[in-house]
Amino acid sequence: MRFGFFPGCSQEGSSREYQESLREVASRLGIELAEIPDWNCCGATAAHTLNHRLALALPARTLALAEQAGLDEVVVPCSACYNRLAGTRHELLHDEALRQQITDIIEMNWHGATRILNVLEWLNRVAGELPGHVSAPFGHRVACYYGCYLTRPKALAACRRIEDPIEMDELVRAVGAEPIRWAYKVECCGAGLSVSRTESVARLSERIVSDAVERGAEAIVVACPMCHTNLDLRRDAILAAAPPGGRSRLASIPVLYISQVIGLAMGVSPRPLGLHRHHVPVRLSAAPPSVAPVAPGEGEE
Amino acid sequence: MPRIGVFICHCGENIGATVDCAAVAQAAGRLPGVVHAVDYKYMCSDPGQSLIKEAIREKRLTGVVVGACSPRMHEPTFRRACAEAGLNPFLCEMANLREHCSWVHEKGEVTTQKAIDLVRMLVEKVKRNRPLTPIRVPITKRALVLGGGIAGIQAALDIANAGHKVVLVERDPSIGGHMAQLSETFPTLDCSQCILTPRMVEVAQHPNITLYTYSELESLDGFIGNFRATIRKKARSVDESLCTGCGACIQKCAQKKIPSEFNAGLGRRTAIYVPFPQAVPNKPVIDRARCTYYKSGRCKLCEKACPTKAIRFDQEDELVTIDVGAVVVATGYDVKPTSFFPEYGYGEYKDVITGLQFERLASASGPTLGEIRRPSDNEVPKKIVFIACAGSRDPAKGIHYCSKICCMYTAKHAMLYSHKVHDGQAYVFYMDIRAGGKMYEEFVRRAVEEDHVRYVRGRVSRIYQKDGKLIVKGVDTLLNSRPVEVEADLVVLATAMTAQPDAEELAQKLKVSYDGDKFLNEAHPKLRPVEMNTAGIFVAGACQAPKDIPETVAQASGAASKVAGMFSRDELSREPVVAVVNRQPPPVWSTCVGCFLCETACAYQAIEREEIRGRDGSLIRTIAKVNESVCQGCGTCVALCRSKSIDLQGYTNEQVYAELLAL
Repeated sequence: MRFGFFPGCSQEGSSREYQESLREVASRLGIELAEIPDWNCCGATAAHTLNHRLALALPARTLALAEQAGLDEVVVPCSACYNRLAGTRHELLHDEALRQQITDIIEMNWHGATRILNVLEWLNRVAGELPGHVSAPFGHRVACYYGCYLTRPKALAACRRIEDPIEMDELVRAVGAEPIRWAYKVECCGAGLSVSRTESVARLSERIVSDAVERGAEAIVVACPMCHTNLDLRRDAILAAAPPGGRSRLASIPVLYISQVIGLAMGVSPRPLGLHRHHVPVRLSAAPPSVAPVAPGEGEE
Repeated sequence: MPRIGVFICHCGENIGATVDCAAVAQAAGRLPGVVHAVDYKYMCSDPGQSLIKEAIREKRLTGVVVGACSPRMHEPTFRRACAEAGLNPFLCEMANLREHCSWVHEKGEVTTQKAIDLVRMLVEKVKRNRPLTPIRVPITKRALVLGGGIAGIQAALDIANAGHKVVLVERDPSIGGHMAQLSETFPTLDCSQCILTPRMVEVAQHPNITLYTYSELESLDGFIGNFRATIRKKARSVDESLCTGCGACIQKCAQKKIPSEFNAGLGRRTAIYVPFPQAVPNKPVIDRARCTYYKSGRCKLCEKACPTKAIRFDQEDELVTIDVGAVVVATGYDVKPTSFFPEYGYGEYKDVITGLQFERLASASGPTLGEIRRPSDNEVPKKIVFIACAGSRDPAKGIHYCSKICCMYTAKHAMLYSHKVHDGQAYVFYMDIRAGGKMYEEFVRRAVEEDHVRYVRGRVSRIYQKDGKLIVKGVDTLLNSRPVEVEADLVVLATAMTAQPDAEELAQKLKVSYDGDKFLNEAHPKLRPVEMNTAGIFVAGACQAPKDIPETVAQASGAASKVAGMFSRDELSREPVVAVVNRQPPPVWSTCVGCFLCETACAYQAIEREEIRGRDGSLIRTIAKVNESVCQGCGTCVALCRSKSIDLQGYTNEQVYAELLAL
């Protein structure tokens, strides 16, 4: 199987371990991830707060390149990139005049053939292959954290239940982990304020990490580089924002990408999955053998 | 020679702004056979109708074409005007220039040209129209009312008090509906049961009302004035004529932990049960799915306990056929369950309940005898949060419409809570307060000002459990616009009001139309609010749209008065749009060859056999004959007739071909 791949900026920099682990998992499953040739910035937050047409034209060029390269489906690991690419596709497919305007700007044709997948959609597509590859079930209690852009807006409908998504829960269950029920699955981590107003991010993310810890999670699982940055890299700020006395128990819970969890369950060693790049060290005790892997969908409440 | 008059209506701006009506009239005036053509602002108005009447008299018109709105809207108006001027009403036709032209096209020459084409078609048709006379049909002066909630009760009583027979059908074991479940009613806080139960008794005792509870409509055939309803009386497993309602069977029943529907799941009932003590009739039914005897073949405790030997384990459903002249549909509503809301805990938190469940908590006849105690541990909640618009006005996750009654009952709930728990605090999260109605706004203000209910304008994004509390995360969008969290003991969701789960099935049984939300459609949203598009079927209450008790009662009385008005006549006249088998002078008699393919095709059993006999009584031929009081004018037999011997009056093949060839 062959899928297109759009790394975006984060996969080459701050969250390169996400790309490393994704590629590791893909190759084990015999899947080729083909990078879109000459891709460009998705525009992210900056473009769409300033200029609507620019915000559409940037992703539109990448979409057009993917189409030219004959890629039917493109996997986009970053939630912000996913939102921009899938959102642009949706908007242009529903407004013929706008599509004309944007294709004039990028001076390329685009017909809307390429579909955009986030990592959860992609992994669920290939989930049938997973059980055969699981050699070391990830027998830990985990808090699956979705954040904002994986479930919203509804028009993109990437997750079936926008207020209580279960796609990631199904995946971790398929590799032997036990997803907990918790309250902060889709709450805001503070996102891009990470740079400009770190203290806001610390305040918001502290509650996410606290709830996960209080409800007995041993690790938090994410599918978005921004979420990872805020929950992992900003952990010192989170601890500073926590009420005194409660800090130590928040310090040690690691934050893993979904692809890292799957990779570990496949028996990949930590280094190729980039676990050493995390700020909060990933030290999980040996998996208790009691949790057996379950095929996706079976454990749904 | 035909002398046709053409009358083009502007319909105010509706047609006039898009179609050049004067040009249409001019063009129509040049059509062969047209001797008079004018346009006017409102042809349906009195001066407009006078234009038609005068022209008929002065120009000796033999046919009239009115280019205006849909015939559904005003065909009766214009046909009546023609009749008043001495022209047979069936020589008047309407060209639909509004729905079929101006409303669906942009202004322009092409649009005007289309309007001219539509008029030309009808001119060609009307030249071939024949005078027809309406068919007279008798009326069965008995009404069928479906649903025994307050809407059905009111409609049944009003029709019965007007002197007509009523059959009231309710599918639950008792009448009373949702209103019987309510505690107090806004805006007067009078007790719901106190005002309802006397009406329920009146229904049971009224000499003109036949009550079928635990029964459902199986099918409805026929047409206005002459329906035939089949009612399924579900087996109660109890002989009603012997049962005295003593309740001995209920006390002995082995199954005691079945969630009570009447208490919205908060109380328990037995397998043989009466839904509530004030039930009408006060006779139990056996819930066969839950009964030990029906499940295991052993038990019969109720039979042993019954002093009158009224238990009938082998009773079967009974089908009853009744002829009725009119039907009132009053089948009510449902509410979304808490399990509909993932963000509010998927129905997994015991202390997140619906408004209907709160009614039972607050009701003196409820599981807590009117004390507000939360379901999980029976404690009195000290902090209670009411969430308005739970699912309503939410196209993304719920339903798009406003459930209409929630603002008011939420204010009432918060008020009742404050009256019963003096040291408690009530919060209401709301989007807007919609309190239109007599004394409604004043009622809400009273909750805020006198009962100190804290109204927070904002949505609740999530509820989760923490340390025995329900954390309600929301936002206050007024003043400093900040996220707020309330640690609540009990949360009440004003969940959206929806149509009954089987509303669509019922509508199809009745052959009436319904909207995308499965609410039944009235015939006109403003001017025909209680009639439906199928003649003789009327609608009342929340099966049509969310509404409160006063509105429901008003609509029910309206429907009843329509039925009484219909029953004040002895016969109805029907449009003569029926199929007719041709007859010819001897020796042909008719071109019908007697194949009776039409009989197979007819969905209404309207085809009969007619024997043509000679003077000596010998049988010459057997041909088809249409029973005009049964025929619905669908035309299926016309299409199927191999010898082209059947035609539809008013829509003959000749007329329809003429219309098409004019294009």
